[in-house]
Amino acid sequence: MTNSIEEIEFTDAILAIGTNTTENHPVIGSCVKRAIRQRGAKLIVIDPRKIGLVDYADIWLRPTPGTNVAVLNGLINVIIDEGLYAKEYVAERTEGFEAMKKAVAKYTPGHVEKITGIPADNLRTAARIYAEAKSASILYAMGITQHSHGTDNVKSCANLAMLCGNVGIEGGGVNPLRGQNNVQGACDMGALPNVFPAYQQVANDDARARFEKAWDVSLPAKPGLTIMEIMDAAHKGDIKGLYIMGENPMISDPDLTHVEASLKNLEILVVQDIFLNETGQLADVVLPSACFAEKDGTFSNTERRVQRIRKAVEAPGEAKADWQIISELATKMGYAMQYASAEEVMNEINTVAPSYAGITYGRIEEGGLQWPCPNVEHPGTKYLHRDKFSRGLGLFTAIEYRPSEEVPDKEYPFFLTTGRVLYHFHTATMTRRSEGLVERCPESLAEINPKDAEKLKIKNGDFVTVTSRRGSLKVKASVVETPPEGTIFMNFHFSEAAVNLLTNPALDPVGKIPEYKVCAVKVEAA
Amino acid sequence: MDQKLSLTINGTTIEASPGQTILEVARENDIHIPTLCYYKGTTNVGACRVCVVEVENARSLVASCCMPVSQGMVVMTDTERVLTARKLVVELLWSSGDHNCLQCEKNGNCELQDLVYELGIEKPSFEIAPPSYAVEDTNSMIQRDLNKCILCGRCVRVCNEIQVHEVLDFSMRGSHAKVGPAFDEDYIESTCVFCGSCVDACPVGALTFKQARFKGRPWEIEKVRTTCPYCGVGCQMDLNISDGKVIKVTTNRDYGTPNQGMLCSKGRFGMNFIDSPDRLKTPLIRKNGELKEASWEEAYDYIAKKLTAIKKKSGGDSIAGLSSARCTNEENYLFQKFMRAVIGTNNVDHCARL
Ligand code: SF4
Ligand code: SF4
Ligand code: SF4
Ligand code: FES
Repeated sequence: MTNSIEEIEFTDAILAIGTNTTENHPVIGSCVKRAIRQRGAKLIVIDPRKIGLVDYADIWLRPTPGTNVAVLNGLINVIIDEGLYAKEYVAERTEGFEAMKKAVAKYTPGHVEKITGIPADNLRTAARIYAEAKSASILYAMGITQHSHGTDNVKSCANLAMLCGNVGIEGGGVNPLRGQNNVQGACDMGALPNVFPAYQQVANDDARARFEKAWDVSLPAKPGLTIMEIMDAAHKGDIKGLYIMGENPMISDPDLTHVEASLKNLEILVVQDIFLNETGQLADVVLPSACFAEKDGTFSNTERRVQRIRKAVEAPGEAKADWQIISELATKMGYAMQYASAEEVMNEINTVAPSYAGITYGRIEEGGLQWPCPNVEHPGTKYLHRDKFSRGLGLFTAIEYRPSEEVPDKEYPFFLTTGRVLYHFHTATMTRRSEGLVERCPESLAEINPKDAEKLKIKNGDFVTVTSRRGSLKVKASVVETPPEGTIFMNFHFSEAAVNLLTNPALDPVGKIPEYKVCAVKVEAA
Repeated sequence: MDQKLSLTINGTTIEASPGQTILEVARENDIHIPTLCYYKGTTNVGACRVCVVEVENARSLVASCCMPVSQGMVVMTDTERVLTARKLVVELLWSSGDHNCLQCEKNGNCELQDLVYELGIEKPSFEIAPPSYAVEDTNSMIQRDLNKCILCGRCVRVCNEIQVHEVLDFSMRGSHAKVGPAFDEDYIESTCVFCGSCVDACPVGALTFKQARFKGRPWEIEKVRTTCPYCGVGCQMDLNISDGKVIKVTTNRDYGTPNQGMLCSKGRFGMNFIDSPDRLKTPLIRKNGELKEASWEEAYDYIAKKLTAIKKKSGGDSIAGLSSARCTNEENYLFQKFMRAVIGTNNVDHCARL
């Protein structure tokens, strides 16, 4: 997030796009609802599904799945057309406005209505609410990123926010809500193929030289493969050994059939986890990890706040903390990693990751600090781009709407869109072992609109067969108004109805994120 | 800056800001006034009247949680008249409920029990006549025993004003008043999302965490502050440990941002996995097609040999690693360092994209 969670409560308008906040980030959902109920903040919801926040919205735009770029360009078009944009801010702090303006010119409300199904007047109303607010915050999540045009979606959000002077101010911002507890931290720490900790490029000679010195070893300059590329390479036999820590690609990756074949093709698969999950079952070696309650460390939340976890109970059997396992294995392989505690690892991070330099265990004992925090006197950074953008001027990007890779046709007439539900998390290895959560949500359900159910002659609770070009599965139908006609929604928590047998591995060319939010399926009574 | 005003509490002159209540000013200055229905961050309803104080020239006692301070105000917090009034309130609450502390989860951490003790009440001067509600037993997370409810309304306000789930409300009036979900439904039938905030807010044993029942009394519990392992909000929470096990999760509103004491059902009730019998306890190595228990030494040897051999034969770039958005910063740091410095490849990624 460019801004902080607490700022949501003091902003004048919130635009929530592609985020089912009350289920996926429930506490932020509560902040949004409080802003509305207690201070009269305005809420714009943009989502094909009738999500929980819709009940609190001043206006709800319901686009056809996969058409967010057209919606955002449409909002921008109206704001420019009606002269509602922050002219001074655009002139002083940004560049590329003219090209962007030209690109959105054809996205008139009428044209956008044709692409997205959103009535032109609703688009205008939403544009005015966003533009006229003193400060307005854009919240988004996987509904923006998990598309073959995810990067375009993100850039379009940035265009809209900059246009109205909402970046670099309190209560504003472009705020991605991270799904998993430490996605932010995993990226910050360089668990990415192209960057070292704190986003220093591996291909950059100076950066590499710094790490070679710090780690006393020579380092490869060529950026590595992304997760989807790793799977492909394993399939081809180019990747022969794979070490997986704390992930379960056998449920979370798109096109599971392909993933399974890839993993089976390896010479060695090492899986390190707290449970023997679906991926571990294919492993040659499985290493038992301690869970978050059994070790010390830090997580970085979605607002860049680095917070402590603390050892509260003993790990079962011989399980060890992941940091310990990696250190011991490295030492075994002839590269000494000797750390007496997680804190000692953080001390090293402080010296190699400039944005974390001032974040020490001593300072975060009573509460987290937000990076960038360049030294131990620095109070941390509540919101980014305050006086200028990281790159100097904020850059508008001219973006054209592109349809999703796979849209419904005669044979596969439904949109399938995927996501999470309130009571489960990711591949549910943890939540399905919690009695209360299972009580509340015991099984996978495919949400289907009553009108579609009627056509297919199915009732609530009936089983349906859902088939895509990649696979087929049986799942219980939940007949509800949440999805629009022609769209079904499934979660990816349950391995019995592993929705990623169906999803499309089409990737965003830049973000390399699979298109989980849109593919085409057929639905039949089972 | 607002203009300050001054008043005296128990004879001491104190500075305050206009708009503050007597209670807020007293708390800021470490002057004790007991409360029951007051809940910081929610509407002051002035329902219980435990917080009454005497204000010079006021005809009756005033509820300090609702009364704003004014210039020159003279406040007494513990006069005879105040104490008598408080006792009366507490005796009424005691006698109108089933306050049997013997097997109550709140014993030792109950605000009503504390008040009885503080005010030195031997026994209520009213006949003890509890209602006879059935204890709600229809879900595994929250136990509701309305026989202990003192109708302070804190659960209702936290549910509506803080978490904004808008589930709880008062129903009926007078001696039949009751709190709960609409239509008198059980929690599990209602729109409740099991954030558990109403349990945190309840001053007595009416709402308790069911899974922690008989697992440890308040003074036996150690609270360890940590960060929720689920979504990216990073809620601050206390793991409640008794006998080496996590028995429940509570919050502390003093921890402040990011969650100000709020949680969702995952952070609150999603912790049973920690001591699940399915947890991996030893390393496993595949032998003759089956995963078999092994020692750490064997496992490390196996991995080191194999990875070294692949590296030698086909180069570091034929090995890849997937780190994890679920692990700590320290672990992600070491993992990428391992792949880059030890294996010699940048083939490292994690599931951020998924
Ligand atoms: S658990 Fe949460 S949602 Fe349910 S009644 Fe209590 S406060 Fe309301
Ligand atoms: S259930 Fe607890 S919090 Fe709610 S009104 Fe009764 S005593 Fe107060
Ligand atoms: S308690 Fe809920 S909202 Fe808070 S971090 Fe955990 S999963 Fe997210
Ligand atoms: S605390 Fe003031 S009336 Fe209840």
